[in-house]
Amino acid sequence: MSRENGELSDLYQEVILEHSKAPRNFRKPAEANQHAEGYNPLCGDRCTVYINMDGEAIRDIAFQGSGCAISRASASMMTQILKGKTKAEAAKLFEEFHGLVTGKEAAPETPDLGKLKVFSGVSKFPARVKCATLAWHTLQSALENKDTPTSTE
Amino acid sequence: MTTIVQPVLHDPRLGAAPQSTSDLDLVRIRADFPILAEHINGKPLIYLDNGATSQKPQVVLDAIANYYNHMNANIHRGVHTLSVRATEGHDAARQTVRKFLNAADTREIIFVRGATEAINLVAQTYGRVHVGAGDEVLITAMEHHSNIVPWQILCEEKGAHLKVAPINDRGELMLDEFAKLIGPRTKIVAVTHVSNALGTVVPLRQVIDIAHRSGVPVLVDGAQAVPHFAVDVQALDCDFYAFSGHKVYGPTGIGVLYGKRALLDEMPPYQGGGDMISSVTFAKTTYNDLPFKFEAGTPDIAGAIALGAALEYITGLGMDKIAAHESELLAYATEAVGAIPGIRLIGTAHDRAGVLSFVLDHVHPHDLGTILDREGIAIRTGHHCAQPVMERFGIPATARASFAVYNTKEEVNALVAGIRAAREVFA
Repeated sequence: MSRENGELSDLYQEVILEHSKAPRNFRKPAEANQHAEGYNPLCGDRCTVYINMDGEAIRDIAFQGSGCAISRASASMMTQILKGKTKAEAAKLFEEFHGLVTGKEAAPETPDLGKLKVFSGVSKFPARVKCATLAWHTLQSALENKDTPTSTE
Repeated sequence: MTTIVQPVLHDPRLGAAPQSTSDLDLVRIRADFPILAEHINGKPLIYLDNGATSQKPQVVLDAIANYYNHMNANIHRGVHTLSVRATEGHDAARQTVRKFLNAADTREIIFVRGATEAINLVAQTYGRVHVGAGDEVLITAMEHHSNIVPWQILCEEKGAHLKVAPINDRGELMLDEFAKLIGPRTKIVAVTHVSNALGTVVPLRQVIDIAHRSGVPVLVDGAQAVPHFAVDVQALDCDFYAFSGHKVYGPTGIGVLYGKRALLDEMPPYQGGGDMISSVTFAKTTYNDLPFKFEAGTPDIAGAIALGAALEYITGLGMDKIAAHESELLAYATEAVGAIPGIRLIGTAHDRAGVLSFVLDHVHPHDLGTILDREGIAIRTGHHCAQPVMERFGIPATARASFAVYNTKEEVNALVAGIRAAREVFA
């Protein structure tokens, strides 16, 4: 296999294709108490992330929307890995995931990205980084939504 | 790891496309465009994103270099030789544009940054004078954002209303509905000549007749039209015509607004500055004559001259021959791509130019774009700065192949093979 198509199959790994065809947690949970909408104006991809917070813990997380294979798979796998994690753990994972897809060296003390490592191929496709991170940015807004106190200042 | 079926795109066997009946010497034309020799991801470049911007022939690149090597000076200022050369070059470019559009007078040709600036200019000058509270601006449902937003800004400022004439499921303007939307409060119609997202060619003669019967002037966004066929602004009888240089084989940063002289004469200036004045005191400024009234500041002199070179290049090839070649190519591509299982063509107007827009079942346009790019094939994916068009067809995005004079049926074959390979990946 030539180098460039090696990169292509690194991007579209079997796991990613499988999640894009059958995304997990693709639903709107009735008990969600926070949500946010994400939109990539460049490509028209849309993503809504729903979370059910139990204190600091993410009790349930799901998403809906339309987008490319990378963005669907990323959202699907994000919901899988974050269920049961705390807000702080989620933020740390996003940081690591962002480093992974933008090709930055991982710091020694990193949480284990586990299955999310299949997205490492994205770093060879700078135009697709936003696809991979749309769900995560949306998650961040969903988490902050509740956290940001309503203030007149 | 998934197994990706490798399309054999550059196998000579795939090149066995039906012979083009074109009168153009495509081998020679392709040799005029240095960038077409590029390899992308190890594959020969197949450039099918001409609706976004076209590639540039050597004569355009040479015109830019020649200007800076042998002519560079400011125009309309010096008595020295270089200033005279620059001024004459700039004037000659304006004359070339006039001929290209068959305008009556070079004073009707305003150099701007591109079609976007041309439309903003009209909205902010003609529009601000003539559109008031409760008045209406009429556009169509297939406009590019550049022919929507300037009018929204104007309407917001003036308390006016933006009306939108609908399109049918083929992506054609519904002329009856359009006519019904013209009323006593309609102050201007702004319509595209060719839709960038759908390829629809708007029947401008009819549109303009309908508008003129009610005394309403018409601005035409010609950005997607001028590369593909001859445009005659006098035959169209349009009031304003806008286009961008970079989509018609010229450089970025230069474009043209044509306006009927009587309208331009009575319009206030767009921007103030040097070159657009005839005298300035702190008490009063007298504005310069056309076209300089609308060209404040030092213009893109090299850009205008290079645009002139681009227009001379394509008129030299023959606009009718270009139109015939591209029309044959588009028909071929429509049939070949349309025959791929799972393809839905977006924009199936009877009269189309330059653009083939489509969606593919189970393959998002972005994924298709990435897979084709690996094969050296450049297409546009996304909403094409025409979000209302996407909404009309109930889709977030399309893949768009858009053609230029240098494209071939062999390249269409490669596109088809690439799309089929993408289907395999996501099967």
